[in-house]
Amino acid sequence: MNIPYTVESRPDTGLNNGKLGIWLFLASEVMLFGALFSTYIILRTTAPVWPHGELSILLGAINTVILISSSVTMVMAWATLKLNDWAKHRLYLIATFVLAGIFLVNKYFEYAEHLTHGEGPWHSTFLAIYFTLTGLHGLHIVGGMIVMAYFIGPGAGLWKRNPEQFANRIEFTGLYWHFVDLVWIFLFPVLYLL
Amino acid sequence: MHADVEAVRKSVRTYMMIGGALLVFTAITVAANLLHLSVPAAITLALIIASIKASMVAAVFMHLNHEKRWIYGSLLLTVAFFIVLMSVPLFTLMDSTGTHVTGPVAAHEAGAPPDEHAGH
Repeated sequence: MNIPYTVESRPDTGLNNGKLGIWLFLASEVMLFGALFSTYIILRTTAPVWPHGELSILLGAINTVILISSSVTMVMAWATLKLNDWAKHRLYLIATFVLAGIFLVNKYFEYAEHLTHGEGPWHSTFLAIYFTLTGLHGLHIVGGMIVMAYFIGPGAGLWKRNPEQFANRIEFTGLYWHFVDLVWIFLFPVLYLL
Repeated sequence: MHADVEAVRKSVRTYMMIGGALLVFTAITVAANLLHLSVPAAITLALIIASIKASMVAAVFMHLNHEKRWIYGSLLLTVAFFIVLMSVPLFTLMDSTGTHVTGPVAAHEAGAPPDEHAGH
C-alpha cells in the first residue's frame, strides 16, 4: 500500500505531504534558534561590558558569501531538475555540498584560533553564546551535507524511478538549506559586527 | 506541467539576480559597520539589512511569494510565537532583581538590620 499524496497534492490543502512537513519542521527550527537569540539578548543587555573585535569580520564575511552562493547553487540544483537537465543538477548539487564543506573548514580554523589560546565557551559569556549559536548552526550544516550526500549518491536512483518525487525531495532539501542560510544572515551581523 | 517548466525557466535569471543582490547587501552590512554608529543605531541598521536579505531568500529561493495558504498560516503562527519568545527578555528588565542596589534599602532587602550610619 502506497502512502498517498507523496507527489500529488492533497485536495484540501493543495500541498503534498513533504511540502507541509518540511515547513512545519522549519517552524520548529525558528523556535529553536529563536530561543538562542532570545538568550543572546538577555545576556547582552544584562552584561556590564560586551567585547568587540574578538571575531574575524573578514572570515565571517567570507563565510556569508560562501553560504549565499551555496543557496544560489541549491536553488539552481532544483531548477535544473525541473528543466530536466540531470547533468547541470548534479553539478549544482555537488557545488552546494562543496561550498558547505568550505564553510565548515573556515569554521574549524576560526574555532581553532580561539581554542588554542584557551578561549573556549568557558572563557566569557560572549564566547559561550558564540560557540553555542555557531556550533548549533554548524551541526545544521553537517545535517544538510548528509542529506545532500545521500541525493548525490544512493538517493539519486529515485530520479529514474519517480522523477517528480525526486524533484520534490530536492526542493525540500533546498528549503532546509535556505533556512540554514537565513539563520547565518542574522548570526553574522549579531555576533561579528554588533 | 509545461507552464511549470516555463515558469522555472523564467525564474533562473531571478535566482541569479537575487544572489547578486544578497552579496551586495552583505557588502553594505560590512561597510555600515565601519560607520561607528551608536549601539542602538547600529543594531537597528544591521537588523533592517538582515531582514531585507532574509525576505529575499524567503520570497524567492523558498518560493514563499507564491505558496499555499496553509504554509502562510503555519508561518503566521510561528511569527506570533517568535515575537513572544523575543519579548521574554523584557520581563527580566522590569524589576531590579539581580541588579546592584546600595544603601539601607539593599540591606533591608537582604534581611539584615538597616545600618544606622548608612547615607551619613
